[in-house]
Amino acid sequence: MRNDFQAIVMGVSAGGFNALHTMLPLFPRDFPLPIIIVQHRISENNTFLEESLNRVCQLTVKESNEKETINPGIIYIAPGGYHLLVEKDLTFSLSVDEPVCYSRPSIDVLFETASLAFGPRLIGVILTGANDDGSEGIKKIKSKGGLTIAQDPESAEVEIMPRSAIETKTVDFILPLEEIPSFILTVLEDS
Amino acid sequence: MDNEDIEIKVLLEAVRLKYGYDFTQYASASVSRRVKKALSESGLEKISEMIPRIIYDRKFFNSFVRNLSINVTEMFRDPLFYCELRERVIPYLQTFPHIKIWSAGVSSGEEVYSLAILLKEEGLYDRSMVYATDFNDIVLESAEKGIYPADNIQKSTKNYQKAGGRESFGKYYHADYGSAIFDRSLKKNIVFANHNLVTDSGFGEMNLILCRNVMIYFNLELQNHVFQLFDSSLCNNGFLCLGSKETIDLSVIADAYMPVSKKHRIYQKKIHRQGGTLKNAE
Ligand SMILES: C[S@@+](CC[C@H](N)C(=O)[O-])C[C@H]1O[C@@H](n2cnc3c(N)ncnc32)[C@H](O)[C@@H]1O
Repeated sequence: MRNDFQAIVMGVSAGGFNALHTMLPLFPRDFPLPIIIVQHRISENNTFLEESLNRVCQLTVKESNEKETINPGIIYIAPGGYHLLVEKDLTFSLSVDEPVCYSRPSIDVLFETASLAFGPRLIGVILTGANDDGSEGIKKIKSKGGLTIAQDPESAEVEIMPRSAIETKTVDFILPLEEIPSFILTVLEDS
Repeated sequence: MDNEDIEIKVLLEAVRLKYGYDFTQYASASVSRRVKKALSESGLEKISEMIPRIIYDRKFFNSFVRNLSINVTEMFRDPLFYCELRERVIPYLQTFPHIKIWSAGVSSGEEVYSLAILLKEEGLYDRSMVYATDFNDIVLESAEKGIYPADNIQKSTKNYQKAGGRESFGKYYHADYGSAIFDRSLKKNIVFANHNLVTDSGFGEMNLILCRNVMIYFNLELQNHVFQLFDSSLCNNGFLCLGSKETIDLSVIADAYMPVSKKHRIYQKKIHRQGGTLKNAE
């Protein structure tokens, strides 16, 4: 398999707090890609999630700022209340456009803009959640030749979101939560 | 450059040449999303097919611009910002006999009515002159009316209370057939005007400028242009308030400003310039 990936985008909703705390610590300290995450959240303007993840992760976890350059080996979380977009010059933009699928941040918005910026060099991951945000985004990533992964609905706290992504028939791999990091690592190591 | 990017570039250039609206330095990812939204509403197939429509059909252009400008707003957006404004900025403004305030990118006006309410409660309204500007005439018109869907009132009331409101919010509007009509007295000292931050010049001697959730749509270069416009419009020790995820830090004027509230993005102009040299305002 190819190994020229430049970034990972992840979308997660209901059940996300636990899922992220289980999975993200499994990425090693020297992980070479940026991981950009939209987690739907109700409360805007608090950094509780970032702080809590930072305590358990080997990689640095931070909120993504507007105009910030995307750097490898960092986990970026979309701020509450804003859409997170990836620019072609590999910086972040934020926007307060209408919610998409009732959500802001929206997974679709991140995935679509990231797929335009990274093209085939993008890995998209859909985790647990109770709506179908991210399904359009997964299709876009696939159409640009990227790699797509969904959490195995059986292993998901809420199965609706990964199931909806899988139903688009554009998901390459369906994996249990704990296996996603090691799977991505093998993909990156393959030459 | 891929084809879509070329099409968008040419289209924005056409818009600029024909109507003077300059979106060429807006953050691309968002513009490209909005252009595609306009495309899907138009029923046309390619972005470039919108170009003749935009040039020859004013109505089409109007709806295109509506798609491109993002007007989402609410009363007392980020309530804690308004608390901070009350606590950290108002006491300073209290010391002036006259106060000039500019709310730039005011959209449909919720921001400036929130500000007006706060000024009233702090006893500053009567000495204040507030300029409320936007480049979109449609939203400006609703701003001038001050009539909002009653559905929003619950959220507005909640925000108002969180923002440290001192009264019952109901005092500021009356309900009428599904609308909330805001009190006329709130707009007595507000001037609504069309103003384009990209192409128009600034206003003089402002004590306070609010420009929230506007510059996130601009690229760094354009942000710098607008920051300079604000810098030249602010009086010494004047305040600049940005949206809660916007920052002055990356801009060319950063060094001349002091954060009053880092978290709520309130900055104060700390230095004035004379003959090109920097000098402390003491
Ligand atoms: C998302 S709204 C922000 C409204 C309000 N300030 C708030 O924070 O809730 C952005 C506003 O900026 C205006 N805007 C965008 N570009 C502008 C420009 N070049 N000059 C003036 N206003 C502009 C839009 O028309 C829109 O009303």
